[in-house]
Amino acid sequence: MTRAGIATPKPVSPALDDIVPPPLTGLRIPEPQARPGTAPDFSGLVLPHAGAARRPAVDDHPGLFRELAYDLIRVLDEDGNAVGPWAPSLDPQLLCAALMDMLVTRAYDHRMYRAQRAGKTSFYMKSTGEEAVSVGAALALTNADMCFPTYRQQGLLISRGYPLVDMMCQIYSNARDPLKGRQMPVMYSSREHGFFSISGNLGTQFSQAVGWGMACAYKRESHIAAAWIGDGATAEGDFHYALTMAAVYHAPVILNVVNNQWAISSFHGIAGGLETTFAARGIGVGLPALRVDGNDLLAVYAATSWAAERARRNLGATLIEMVTYRREGHSTSDDPTRYRPVDEPDVWPLGDPVERLKRHLVRLGIWDDAQHAAATAQAEEQVKAAAKEAEGFGTLGSDQRPSVASMFDDVYEEMPWHLRRQRQELGI
Amino acid sequence: MATMNMVKALNSALDVMMERNPDVLTFGEDVGYFGGVFRVTEGLQARHGKQRCFDTPIAEGGIVAAAIGMGAHGLRPVVEIQFADYIYPAFDQIVSEAARLRYRSAGQFSAPITIRSPYGGGIFGGQVHSQSPEGLFTHVAGLKTVVPSNPYDAKGLLISAIEDNDPVIFLEPKRLYNGPFDGHHDRAVRAWAGRPEAEVPEGYYKVPLGKAAIVRPGQAVTMLAYGTMVHVAVAAAEEAGIDAEIIDLRTLIPLDIETIEASVRRTGRCVIVHEATRTSGFGAELIALVQEHCFYHLEAPIERVTGWDTPYPHVFEWEYFPGPARVIEALRRVMGDGR
Ligand SMILES: Cc1ncc(C[n+]2csc(CCOP(=O)(O)OP(=O)(O)O)c2C)c(N)n1
Ligand SMILES: [Mg+2]
Repeated sequence: MTRAGIATPKPVSPALDDIVPPPLTGLRIPEPQARPGTAPDFSGLVLPHAGAARRPAVDDHPGLFRELAYDLIRVLDEDGNAVGPWAPSLDPQLLCAALMDMLVTRAYDHRMYRAQRAGKTSFYMKSTGEEAVSVGAALALTNADMCFPTYRQQGLLISRGYPLVDMMCQIYSNARDPLKGRQMPVMYSSREHGFFSISGNLGTQFSQAVGWGMACAYKRESHIAAAWIGDGATAEGDFHYALTMAAVYHAPVILNVVNNQWAISSFHGIAGGLETTFAARGIGVGLPALRVDGNDLLAVYAATSWAAERARRNLGATLIEMVTYRREGHSTSDDPTRYRPVDEPDVWPLGDPVERLKRHLVRLGIWDDAQHAAATAQAEEQVKAAAKEAEGFGTLGSDQRPSVASMFDDVYEEMPWHLRRQRQELGI
Repeated sequence: MATMNMVKALNSALDVMMERNPDVLTFGEDVGYFGGVFRVTEGLQARHGKQRCFDTPIAEGGIVAAAIGMGAHGLRPVVEIQFADYIYPAFDQIVSEAARLRYRSAGQFSAPITIRSPYGGGIFGGQVHSQSPEGLFTHVAGLKTVVPSNPYDAKGLLISAIEDNDPVIFLEPKRLYNGPFDGHHDRAVRAWAGRPEAEVPEGYYKVPLGKAAIVRPGQAVTMLAYGTMVHVAVAAAEEAGIDAEIIDLRTLIPLDIETIEASVRRTGRCVIVHEATRTSGFGAELIALVQEHCFYHLEAPIERVTGWDTPYPHVFEWEYFPGPARVIEALRRVMGDGR
């Protein structure tokens, strides 16, 4: 708007095109290396030698070992030897027990998956190929350390001796379900076993674990908290809240990212995994960050123990990326052949955690093929017997279930009038 | 015309709009290559390119925030929140940002975005795959909330939502994706094929926002429903042999008060059904409105049949779900039987 006779001075801004020509490519959308019909390709995954990563002192300043966020801590070499500074000294009997826990977890997953397929429950999620992540952590923690898991750490419960029958009763929402039929299958909770109630809403547990840890510090306890989150779910705000809060308060908590390469159909690059590692997320907030071979039970154990000691000595939290692979579908509702090569699981470079621990035990001379076959059969038997017992208390859809009236319990500590009225309306 | 289930109809709406308008794009968790966990975006990436249909990080707040930014800069993003139960991380962006952007900038900026999300129960999804959060959004000034009950409406309403210049929460009753469901969970699953609402034009058409549909004319009582509960209401009225007029609201905000008022003034009775929890649910708003607009025409207290005020319990799906039996009881009460 210029008035006649008065020149309006105009600020001069250079045309953008003079500075840089407009881009021709548009929005960048990351793509995985391979899709169905093409050959699987893990060439992007750099595999350092076992034993090569250094092990800092737990009280070293996190700024002194940032490279560990980009490295990969591995203990077991190709031949099953435990090598390097992270190699733990563990009673061989404990290692055999850990192997057994992994075998039971695998057998349990297999059986519950089939139970869903047979119509005995609505849903199931396997942890196949990721057993070392939870079993190795359980070995390094005490039962009084509270775990804030996702739906893929059933190995924690199994390692901590939570009865398989109770787990199955939850899967079947039956008369003995400890959670009274309220939760979808696999959303366990056992305060007694240090296993925090699973939400289903991704990521929420991660920052709650920090709060639990803060309470441990406040109460001057030596117990700590540990949390797990998937690679995909690290994109949620809760992940980032957790890192900042943990760093600011030196919360005694172990923060684990389970990078199993996939989040349903989305590869890790959709969560930012192509830009840098998930462990490196910790560096920006000043947390110590370790990237660990998650299919190497000894490495998982060693890193968790290191972080636990740090936390117990009130030196603060650690972020650990457990690099592993989701061998099966996301859940019983998923068909992974629609979005990744069918044979991708077979060429996963970090192999199978059960096989790798087995090789180590054989190398130590305390295990052999016959013992392994017997242990596998024993795990399957144990699971089968538990399933029989659990099914005796009902499966989903049978009339053996918790009392309908209990549906209105625990919404509040004391039932308000409107819920009592609604319970009456339902006629119970 | 083609026979479509609700998934296909929604897919067709997106396809038609992406074809017509290069500013329309769609994104969300698993919607790109895979085509969405319910298959609503299947084939769209192949047809329209990766930049127009893509996967996002699992960050609902980020998804909606990005949509707001894009929308303010002239695009028409349609985002998918994988389950309505997972919309809460985006709540602040929806409530404080999308809903108020036009108002607080005096019209300089707006958020012409559509947020699609499967909602409701009936699939044994437990507390995090079954919720009906519509009342949280109808309570927010500046949002429109839409709930289709059949394939024809789903497509026409989604096209209207995409063209609308205000943010629209578009809730898709997941139990209706593949077929109508009247609450009789023990009967055989039905498909959409063969029903008139499944005859859907392949091209562009709109069902306007803010217009309800009378799905069953009647004289004795007015039933207000939306989503899955439309089908439950029809089953209940038929089984009870009551001459109920059933109104499918289709859009909760803005609400078609005229259709409701005309009906209730005629019938003098009203039953409201929704699957969401009762307290402060949308039914409460409907009761207040019917009372304000039709008080002198009412011959019985207004009834509402809803989900209970508990989280959605996995094993008690059918005790929780307000099925035909409970709706029939309410119908009988307003008709003065069985008192
Ligand atoms: C807040 C939220 N958004 C979306 C979902 C739906 N969802 C369930 S699991 C999943 C993928 C998670 O992937 P990741 O975090 O990598 O864990 P993984 O399943 O691989 O163990 C998605 C998107 C959810 N449960 N919660
Ligand atoms: Mg993952």
